[in-house]
Amino acid sequence: MAMARLNMRFRPLLAGAALSLLLVSGGAAPAFAATPADTLVQAWAIDDTITLDPAESFELTPAEFIGNAYDMLVRLDIDDTTKVKPGIAESWEISDDGLTYTFKLKPGIKFASGNPITAEDVAWSFERVVKLDKSPAFILTQFGLTADNVSETAKAVDDTTFVFTVDKPYAPSFVLNCLTATVGAVLDKKLVMEHAEAKTPSDDYKYDTDFGYGWMKTNYAGSGPFKIRDWRANEIVVLERNDNYYGEKPALNRVIYRHVKESATQRLMLEAGDVDVARNLEPGDYDAVQKNADLITTDAPKGTVYYISLNQKNEALAKPEVREAFKYLVDYDAIGATLIKGIGEIHQTYQVKGVLGALDSNPYKLDVAKAKELLEKAGLKDGLSVTFDVRNTQPVTGIAESFQQTAAQAGVKIEIIPGDGKQTLTKYRARNHDLYIGQWGMDYWDPNTNADAFTSNPDNSDDAAVKSLAWRNAWDIPELTEQVKAALLERDNDKRAELYQKLQEEALDSSPFVMIYQQIEVAGVRGNVKGYRLGPSFDSNPLAPVSKD
Amino acid sequence: MSTADAPVPARRANRRAWAIFRAVSSFLVIVLTTYLGLLAVTFFIGRVVPIDPVLAIVGDRAPAHVIERVRQEMGLNLPYYQQFILYVKGVLHGDFGTSVLTTNPVMTDIRRVFPATMELATVGTIIGAAFGIPLGVLAAVRRGSLADQLVRIVGLIGYSVPIFWLGLLALLVFYAKLGWTSGPGRMDVVFEYTFTPVTGFFLIDAIINRDWAAFRDIVSHLILPASLLGYFSMAYISRMTRSFMLNELQQEYIVAARAKGLSETRIIWGHALRNAAVPLVTVIALSYAGLLEGSVLTETVFAWPGLGLYITNSLQNADMNAVLGGTIVIGSVFIAINLLSDVLYRMLDPRTRS
Repeated sequence: MAMARLNMRFRPLLAGAALSLLLVSGGAAPAFAATPADTLVQAWAIDDTITLDPAESFELTPAEFIGNAYDMLVRLDIDDTTKVKPGIAESWEISDDGLTYTFKLKPGIKFASGNPITAEDVAWSFERVVKLDKSPAFILTQFGLTADNVSETAKAVDDTTFVFTVDKPYAPSFVLNCLTATVGAVLDKKLVMEHAEAKTPSDDYKYDTDFGYGWMKTNYAGSGPFKIRDWRANEIVVLERNDNYYGEKPALNRVIYRHVKESATQRLMLEAGDVDVARNLEPGDYDAVQKNADLITTDAPKGTVYYISLNQKNEALAKPEVREAFKYLVDYDAIGATLIKGIGEIHQTYQVKGVLGALDSNPYKLDVAKAKELLEKAGLKDGLSVTFDVRNTQPVTGIAESFQQTAAQAGVKIEIIPGDGKQTLTKYRARNHDLYIGQWGMDYWDPNTNADAFTSNPDNSDDAAVKSLAWRNAWDIPELTEQVKAALLERDNDKRAELYQKLQEEALDSSPFVMIYQQIEVAGVRGNVKGYRLGPSFDSNPLAPVSKD
Repeated sequence: MSTADAPVPARRANRRAWAIFRAVSSFLVIVLTTYLGLLAVTFFIGRVVPIDPVLAIVGDRAPAHVIERVRQEMGLNLPYYQQFILYVKGVLHGDFGTSVLTTNPVMTDIRRVFPATMELATVGTIIGAAFGIPLGVLAAVRRGSLADQLVRIVGLIGYSVPIFWLGLLALLVFYAKLGWTSGPGRMDVVFEYTFTPVTGFFLIDAIINRDWAAFRDIVSHLILPASLLGYFSMAYISRMTRSFMLNELQQEYIVAARAKGLSETRIIWGHALRNAAVPLVTVIALSYAGLLEGSVLTETVFAWPGLGLYITNSLQNADMNAVLGGTIVIGSVFIAINLLSDVLYRMLDPRTRS
């Protein structure tokens, strides 16, 4: 009786339970869901992609899409990262005065659309970058290209000859390295101009066309091994094989990037076989992936360094002894063994491993006694108090807390101000911080980019035109600034490398930058994926050699 | 006689029309001021946030002249009140601006992300109500019994366990270990080439396309995050149902019904729950509206491209057009759901109809 009553009373409840059981069992998937054999699926946080236009894009993840879907005149050789190899250009010659670069294009090559690739496309792509003048345009305009002279300085002589004229006799390695950047991608002029919108010239914008700017944000006009078929912001990017590619054709039909932000979620999807590659694994998850027999891992040092900087507007932090003392107050060993295990390695110079002239030197260790001695010499026997702007992501928060503790041992009281990434960056850029922990990724694969950021500050006034990292920390260094300029004009590669090493040594001793580590990019990969590799920069992560068993 | 009587109904009709007009217009005024207030508050909070919105567009590396040009293009060099007037003007013309991060018009983005959230929230609420109400009734009827204690514990867990942790745990158990459900995302990538969204509600789209393989896959992706949200709303709904039911069961009409010899089933489901249903509608509506805002953490764990993730991501990048657009949508949803629950009130409770 009681059972029957209960049954009557709670029938809806039982029905609900049954319904949900039905739903669950009806939707049951096999325990292992393999991705299609001709498709590589990657889980990656791709929310920094805001445009697919090589003339505007300057973020990390789109660099990989553009690097695989477009081609440049020359490409970075990922087997020897101090050199470049041919891209669209078959060969090149540099005039004796170092001002003229003549590129000979590979004959008979085509864009994905089927249009032939000519020197005119190259010249127009350069002109487009210069005239649109978006964030990465300076990589080309630093060679003296302007909207007025670009028709002469980036010129098609005939269908297969492109001539690039620079304003100073720069080191050839510098010029060629810059041309490997995504901003140097060669666009299909005919295709893009079919989608260009007419504009009314005004004082702000002097041209009668938008050069396909509106269309290129989400569309594709390149010639790389893959085509960009689809991009839905914060959701998915789909690459498809380009059958018109002139080089060796990729084995895969498609590469799909799924936006997955969480490291733990990525790991679960990788283990279940829903993705072939997981790209944002944190140390704990990376460890687990390494131990899994079905999975392999790969890694590569990247062109990004992490540092703590001392604002020289703060009188105490401006003392040379204090700058040096802080370098003895970081527990490099502990940080290397825990917080950045697998995703970074301790690196105390500002040039990244693998680039021309990189100095491999890590002289500093945690030494509280030494730091105390230096602080005393600076007249700060009783220590000092400073604030520390830290964005609320790992591993920087962990590193900041570790530094807070070790610094306290020498009487340096640090108040951490946590903030969102863009918020701390805004404050940093306005020079309103005491201490800041930051990361710096190279703009292009050449030592000049970091030398220019860390050891060049042409004008230390508040309204300076150039706001390098040295400027952001008010580090006034006229002599080093001159040395950076000189290194740019050194045409002998070995001598050029030496100049950069000298700059790094100087910075190691006296700069307000406590360099901590160089980022290592890691990926967890399913065992049946072959040929998956990471390059030194995101635009050199190659997808063409990848295949699946 | 006819001359004396005729104007009366006409006057009455007039008065009635006037009352309706007044009710409608006062409603409109309230809605409009709510919107304007919502816009103003969000707008000015967005402007005082110490983030430079230009940074989100041009990145950290842009040269000074590019930064300055973009600042002008965005109208950020104008005084705040002028920026606000410009924005409101745009909104009145149906232009919510363009999102900095996705480069789409804000409304295009929202049309894409909102159905994802709404599908999740709707299924979640159905699960929450389908379990929460019977459990709440059970707990009230068997007050103090083991069943009551169990319902209380289940509810307490729902209140106190972090959704982020529970989500990961659910993925680990049902997706990774048991393989009962599909993993994160709305559907498998194999459907990326065959499935074309029509409404953005994938379940409905699959039915329209008569694509039953896709439908199964969508259900299998949806069930875990929806159950998770359902669990949390169930915790709330069951507690509220219990207290409403306890209140009703002490009323005199229950005693009267028992005296009349009605069956217990009839008394509980037919009379007590019927009366408790009125406040319950508000509870369920509010919990539904809460889910429609998008649960950021659930969406993060399950890689669900919904509204919560969209707004949070926009906020972190000072993408104010997107934040404002999203706020307006959420505001509208709240207003609409409040209206809807008012209508439901009238249907359920004859006393409110006079």
